[in-house]
Amino acid sequence: MPTEKILEILFMYFKAFAVGGAICVIAQIIINITSLTSGKILVFFMLGGVVLTALGLYQPLVDFAGAGATVPISGFGYLLANGAIKGAEKGFFYAVTGSLTAASAGVTAAVVFSFIMSLLFHSKTKRN
Amino acid sequence: MTGKNAQNCNNNYLKYVRALDPPTKHFKNCLAAFGVGGLICTIGQFLRYMLEYAGLSGDELAGTVSVILIFFGCLLTGFGVYDRIGRHAGAGSIVPITGFANSVTSPAIEFRTEGYIYGTAAKMFNVAGAIIVYGVFSGVIVGIIYYFL
Repeated sequence: MPTEKILEILFMYFKAFAVGGAICVIAQIIINITSLTSGKILVFFMLGGVVLTALGLYQPLVDFAGAGATVPISGFGYLLANGAIKGAEKGFFYAVTGSLTAASAGVTAAVVFSFIMSLLFHSKTKRN
Repeated sequence: MTGKNAQNCNNNYLKYVRALDPPTKHFKNCLAAFGVGGLICTIGQFLRYMLEYAGLSGDELAGTVSVILIFFGCLLTGFGVYDRIGRHAGAGSIVPITGFANSVTSPAIEFRTEGYIYGTAAKMFNVAGAIIVYGVFSGVIVGIIYYFL
């Protein structure tokens, strides 16, 4: 592999780390100030992803940072909004169903794996 | 103990609790969130490159990366490791997609004692249900707006 390509890949890892970390820091600052519960943080960040995608501001971030923008929960919002936007080009039916179609992989994985885990593991006493 | 006396007692107790509460370490928390959140995203990027090399692309690539990360989020939650990471990393473990997986698996395991239907299956969507409800609702609004634009 040429050196340029290797440098490009390393730089991409760096960008993913920086952007993904920065999104988590924003959430951490909000938690520190307002002591919101994790469920609310997840919902607000997901909605933030939807709104930013609808305004066309999230796509450049995804192009820039790759997994750094798609792995945080705001990337799930990006997936939903993007599915709806792409569906809207095909027709009204796809505009309405597009978001859940795009999210189907994530939701299916979470449900199936969680059910399997609940069969395999017992709840642990929380040691705080 | 009634009325004003009880309220006075409550106030004294709250003061006592606040005095014993350790001060929130803002900077340390943020640093931990940055490190752990960034690391999970870097692993995601690594998976992206590996799967791209294996010949996946587009939606299939992005979907498979999420599925793998969700799998590990669920597995680590099952072993009880994820909650231990979360105690130090805070938002760094909540915000990535693995935190979403954790929010589904955690109640699924915890409420198994209440049965498979009202326990595991119903409680599974404790937090994820909120995400799906608001996600689908806002997604539909975005779709309709884009359709009529």
